[in-house]
Amino acid sequence: MVRQMVGDDVPLAWCGGAPGGGLGTSVESILAAIDRAWSETGVAILVDLGGAETNSEMAIEMLPEERRARVVICDAPVVEGAVMAGTEASAGSTLEQVRRTAEELRAH
Amino acid sequence: MTLKPELQRNLIQTVANHVIQHAEELVTLDQAIGDGDHGLNMKRGFEAVLGDLDKTAALPTGEALKAVGMALVMKVGGASGPLYGTLFMSLGKALPLELSAASLADAFAAAVDAVKARGKSDAGEKTMLDVLVPLLAVLRSGGEDLPERLRACATEAAAATVPMRATRGRASFLGERSIGHMDPGARSSELMVHAILDVLEQEGKSLETNSDL
Repeated sequence: MVRQMVGDDVPLAWCGGAPGGGLGTSVESILAAIDRAWSETGVAILVDLGGAETNSEMAIEMLPEERRARVVICDAPVVEGAVMAGTEASAGSTLEQVRRTAEELRAH
Repeated sequence: MTLKPELQRNLIQTVANHVIQHAEELVTLDQAIGDGDHGLNMKRGFEAVLGDLDKTAALPTGEALKAVGMALVMKVGGASGPLYGTLFMSLGKALPLELSAASLADAFAAAVDAVKARGKSDAGEKTMLDVLVPLLAVLRSGGEDLPERLRACATEAAAATVPMRATRGRASFLGERSIGHMDPGARSSELMVHAILDVLEQEGKSLETNSDL
């Protein structure tokens, strides 16, 4: 969905499911997705449920030091946040701008 | 400190098997106030731990704990992965050079603090911390009959989560409906404590003495 709305310029990646499949999340998958979505601007992560957030935090801590500061988890609803973040990113914005745009959707 | 490989192996294996054996119960608890996967996730995580048992048992205890933690982080596949993973990894990092009830309490305190930070939570929110925090208090108080008191504490603390209202995690979305069910994370913590104490009891060692574990 995001790819269709945002075009091909922005590296995107998604992951989901527990190691071995089924409902859940996987640190390994998250790390691989961060790698696929990587660019020097960094990576904004949108998560659906709590387990995804905690595992994403863990994944970020496991990144090489030079990448860690450039990966953020956005406090935003996953669908709208991803679309807003993708749109902002395609405009060439910084990681912080991307995050802020996604988080404008955060419930107040 | 480092434990003898056979004891270490026994501890890891017993904790893992105990949790795996109770996977269905943990699923049922999690179906009531979560998304029903706690048992499956913990089983997956501990099966991975068992898969590496020989290698892990041969490591110095601190490294073994970190390895168990890492296996849980990578394989559990839910929020409890990072939470239990952090518990074991932090305990491994903080493990004292000389074993005593006091130094073990310090190490466990560091591990519990790390879980609090990881989960952005504390006791009173109906989580595994509602077993871990009381356990720490018992450990800190030291004294006589520590194994029996730790065992009783784990049982009572897990049971005490039943009437609690969840304010953290998936269960918190249920509000009042989370009352009347034991927290699955509290139960899995209780199970692990019992397994550890079972093994130590068999070994006949006291936690108080600086014994040759």
